[in-house]
Formats: sequence, C-alpha cells, structure tokens
Amino acid sequence: MKAVVVGCGRVGSRVARQLDRSGWDVTVVDEKDDALRRLGEHWSGGFIVGHGMDLDVLEEAGIESADAVVVATNGDNTNLVIGQVAQKRFDITCVVVRILDPARAEFYATRGLRTVCPTSTAISVLTEAVRSCQLPVRERVPA
Amino acid sequence: MYIVIAGGGKVGANVARTLLGLGHEVTLIEQRPDRFRQLEEEFEHQVQQGDATEIYVLERAGIARPPDLLLAVTGDDEDNLVICQIAKEKYGVPKVIARVNDPRNQPHFDLLGISPTICATSSIMALVEHEVPEHGLIHLLELRNENLEIVEVQVDKSSPWAGKTVERLNLPEDSRLISVSRDGHSEIAVGSTQLHAGDRVLAILQPGSEDEFRRALVKS
Repeated sequence: MKAVVVGCGRVGSRVARQLDRSGWDVTVVDEKDDALRRLGEHWSGGFIVGHGMDLDVLEEAGIESADAVVVATNGDNTNLVIGQVAQKRFDITCVVVRILDPARAEFYATRGLRTVCPTSTAISVLTEAVRSCQLPVRERVPA
Repeated sequence: MYIVIAGGGKVGANVARTLLGLGHEVTLIEQRPDRFRQLEEEFEHQVQQGDATEIYVLERAGIARPPDLLLAVTGDDEDNLVICQIAKEKYGVPKVIARVNDPRNQPHFDLLGISPTICATSSIMALVEHEVPEHGLIHLLELRNENLEIVEVQVDKSSPWAGKTVERLNLPEDSRLISVSRDGHSEIAVGSTQLHAGDRVLAILQPGSEDEFRRALVKS
C-alpha cells in the first residue's frame, strides 16, 4: 500500500513512521528540507521538498498511484484545500485531513472529507479525565 | 446590496470604499490588529477584526443573513478558497468572488467550483500579450498598402515544425514562409525545405492572423 503524507511536523512525521513500520510505502512532502530529520536517521521512504498546494510536487510524490493521503500541515485551510484536491482531482478514496478548528472540521466532514480534529479530541478527553477523578468528599462548613 | 469583504488590504479597503460610495451596505473583515485599527478610523463599525475563515467571525459579520455578495480578497489563496466554500455551501451566499494571488492555484479554484476569480498576475499577462503581440514573433515590416506584414519567428525544440518540411506544415491560410536562416546562411523556403530546431523563419501574413500563426508554431 502506498501513502503520501503532506506536512512533516510532529503529527505528520509520526504518522509517516508508523505507516512505514506497518509496511506501507510512504512518501512525505514538506516545504522545509530539514523536516526530513523528524523521520529519523534510517528513513527509507520518500521525501519531497515542496508545497503541497503545488500539483507538480504532489505528482512527484506519486499521489496518482497512492492508496491513502494524510494531510497534516500547520495550516487548516491549506489542509482543507490539499485534501479536496487529493479527493477530487486524484480520486483518492482514503484522504485523512488534520483540522485544528472544530467548526471547520465539522463543516467539511458533512461535505464528505474525513477530518480529524485533535482539538475536539483533547476537549472530550480532558473533560472526561476531570469527570473520572476520584475526588475527596468535602464537608460543607456552615457559614 | 449587502456585501461582505474578507481581507482589508489595499484591494479590500479600496473596494469597500468604492462600494460604500455607491450606497451599498458593507462589512469588511481584517485579521491583523494594527491594520484593523487603521481601517477602523475610516470605516468605523463597518470593519470587524477576526480571521474570516473562522465560522463565528463570518457569522458576526452577518454571513447568515446572507449577504448578496461575498468577496474573498485576502493575500492567501487557501483562505480565500475556504471562505468562499463556507459562504456558498454553508450559508447559501448567492454570489462569491475570489482573488487568486498565485496563478498556479487557479486550478484548485476551478476544481472546487469557486468562480468568478480574479488574478492580478493573469490579468497583467493577458494585457501584456495583447499589447505586445510579437511575444515570440517579431514584426519586421508592415506593407500598409498591401495589407500584409513580414514577421520573424524562431523554431523552438518543442515546436511541431522542427524536423518537418515546409509543405507538411499546418499554416494558417493567409500566411506563407519566405526564408529559413540557420548558422548565418539563409535559403528561400520552398515546399521541400526542411526546418530544424533553432531556425529563424521569415513569413508573410495578413495583420490579425499573428495569433493563429504563433499557435501553429507552438502546437499542431
């Protein structure tokens, strides 16, 4: 299986490494060449320096033959556009897009884009963590 | 009309001012705090601060009314695209106009159905090509009385003419090749004259058919 990961930050690089470890053929795209370091010394997958909005860069990364595309740059709107380009221009069925803003993540999810919103996840996990705390029973001191 | 303008740079501010002068109701959205304060002096309550790609910012600007028209003219193409999509598809804004900053992003706007778009670079290039029709084609002589002109072109490596004989060229009807020059030597172009990449060719044609002639030279 072949995957293209756009954005090699903390999230993109780890997703790329995990897919690589599970046997995927992974090519990573990032604007900065030093982002390659995040993939570790023994990275054997592909790495293309360029902007994910650039069709030539996506094609160089082999998007036309990709089974999955992960979009995780640091810009929500950039991710939304690249995700839709992967879906609509290159007919990739498995496109997963990281969106930090819950409102945009929800809207684009209703339009058929697979958005993952770490903010929403953090909100529910944190709320649940507080709820599940073992709290000491406090006695009410009468005024 | 009610018009929302996303992006209060030079384009957004000037368009807002003009539309207000025409009596329209306008809300301008600008993200940068210092630029916003500048705009506020002129536009007062008609400018709001915020990221126009945030749904609550758009709602505060009245996107749900909805406006008759939304203009996305920020300096960021991804933002303009997303603002237009949200306006059109979530709030049913009947007309959106997007600014394209980098002409290489035009296919994304086309793919996602955002039109019309306006791109300063593309507009300027269209004017340049119109004003300077000899773009790749040099006008050598105008024969006014005969209504003919003599032009010179170069046969590029990628031209379909390279490697062909003159009789096999697909020339516009009202044009003929005169001569072919290569390495300092020239010969009269006849049917069997073979063209090579790098050749300079003189041709005679009717004014107005330059575009068709150039198209024949660059693609068959």
